Amino acid sequence: MVPIEDYAPIVGQRAIDELFQLAEHVKGKHVQNINSTAVGGGVAEILTRVIPLLNQLGVLARWDVIKGNEKFFAVTKKFHNGLHGVPVDISKEEFEWFEEVNRQNAKELSFEDIVFVHDPQPVALIERRSELGKNWIWRCHIDFSQPDKNIWKFLEQYIRHYDVAVFSAPAFARTLSIPQVLIPPSIDPLSDKNKDLPPEIIDKIFARFQIDQSRPIMTQISRFDFLKDPLGVIKAYKLVKQHIDLQLVLAGGGATDDPEGPVIMKQVQEEAEKDKDIFVLFLPPSSDIEINALVRGSTVVLQKSLKEGFGLTVSEALWKGKPTIASAVGGIPLQIAHKHSGILTHSIEGTAYWIKQLINEPDYARQLGMNGKEHIRNNFLITRHLKDYLLLFLSLFHKGDVVDL
Amino acid sequence: MNGFHFNTKSDQTILLGRKARNLSELLSGLQTVPNSSIYYHTHKYLHQHQYLSPEPPNDFAYWITQALNEQTLGEQISSVDIVQFRTIEELRTTFVRLFQTHLAGTERLPSAPLGQEFHFMTSRIFVLKTPYVARSLEEFREMLQRVSINTLYYHVFDAKLKLEKGDNDFSRWFRDLGNLELAEQVSRLDPYTYTLEGLRNKLIHLVEKYGPH
Repeated sequence: MVPIEDYAPIVGQRAIDELFQLAEHVKGKHVQNINSTAVGGGVAEILTRVIPLLNQLGVLARWDVIKGNEKFFAVTKKFHNGLHGVPVDISKEEFEWFEEVNRQNAKELSFEDIVFVHDPQPVALIERRSELGKNWIWRCHIDFSQPDKNIWKFLEQYIRHYDVAVFSAPAFARTLSIPQVLIPPSIDPLSDKNKDLPPEIIDKIFARFQIDQSRPIMTQISRFDFLKDPLGVIKAYKLVKQHIDLQLVLAGGGATDDPEGPVIMKQVQEEAEKDKDIFVLFLPPSSDIEINALVRGSTVVLQKSLKEGFGLTVSEALWKGKPTIASAVGGIPLQIAHKHSGILTHSIEGTAYWIKQLINEPDYARQLGMNGKEHIRNNFLITRHLKDYLLLFLSLFHKGDVVDL
Repeated sequence: MNGFHFNTKSDQTILLGRKARNLSELLSGLQTVPNSSIYYHTHKYLHQHQYLSPEPPNDFAYWITQALNEQTLGEQISSVDIVQFRTIEELRTTFVRLFQTHLAGTERLPSAPLGQEFHFMTSRIFVLKTPYVARSLEEFREMLQRVSINTLYYHVFDAKLKLEKGDNDFSRWFRDLGNLELAEQVSRLDPYTYTLEGLRNKLIHLVEKYGPH
């Protein structure tokens, strides 16, 4: 467990003191997080990190996982796809099974003062509210910008009974009768993926992959699927390569749900075979240090996604002070103010143009990177996430625009 | 003599679930959202990008310029001198007038690309007391070096415009102390043209210059 004081050298002792001061007002309240999986996925990852920190602040936080069978998770997977805009067909019986599994879990669980429900899977636990009371929060971690209408209608009948709904990006907000709070995700500056690395480790990893650190390197870290546009990145690289002798690193791993994934993968590999300066690295899930080093050793970092949920890889690059060029989609514009803390682009040509600019003007690129790092320090580190959660809990007990604690 | 109690604050961002795709929809939102939303969109950058100087413009100007590519109106909106306003309502009226004038003079109504709509938001602030209470200008100067930038932000920006106290908390206290010159110097300062750390240094300098020696 990371001691919370270890974050003080990064965000300042005053920020840590303010967390303790806010937590003082939540003391005595029990916060119960509920989701559908204990391991794997972003929600489990953030809960694993946030709950011990909340406990260190004196907040009584715990975590329960609902039980469901294969049939239940097949339905929730359909929800997930439908909420991301994939056409799905969900039968009446499937909706009923979803409700039934939630009812069974609601009977077995004992509920605390603040019930903090994550994502759609356990959303219907709220049915017991009229009988139990308590304070209920629904936290949506997924992209809700264009949800399937039927699924949204089904979920909304539960969401409206919560005290508050929480979304990760402004575009995910809905027309709802309850307050909606914005809490973007965050990165942990002390995790393997983000912590400082000694130069010799970075050098060693670049040597292992046989990437030449004496020439410029552009890198994109992402899964190899259509939405991350690796072929677009290669096109941008080729445009730049006409003028600058640079290398391209495409690194990532993880499963893709995209049916076109294997086709894209094949094309990426074919392009890489034609050009020795293109490095396609398939990394296993335990490659956080490698990813950290690859980003730190790059000249420019890209995130040329066609669609993004939040796109935390952008925060991860900016935190390392890297000049970053990313598409203006999903949560990325929250992380980059164009030409202030990074570059936002809309096309392959625009991306190529800015790669050239940043490689040829290293002072400007360095300034962008420094601004980007400060922006992440102030807005996207886990300590800010903790503060947002404390405010969220407090908001259940205090009304008004200005709350004097 | 009453001491100066330094407070600090934390913001919670609220999504209003309302968006605008073009200037006409932005105007319509501007006319109806709560005052706290106008305050949020004209001050968010200052808070989130506190290390940058000169400051990027307010949210409205940034969106008009970046998403709609309306350079002239964007510049007009970003040049609105917020320090001159004593209430959010006056600020809203100024923005509305600029939008209406622009829309009356053009046939064009460009739309933002999909995914780049303007989302109206607002914020709630939670105010906490700090242990710092200054009983003299000397103590005030010393404590000003130690408080967080959130404290600075609360007493300078929130106090004047969000809480509509008419002036920043520091000047109000200096006036109570009878140090009118220092109060006036701090009131005249345009805090929107500093980073928060730059503002802290400027305030310390003014207290040293105009305070008792």
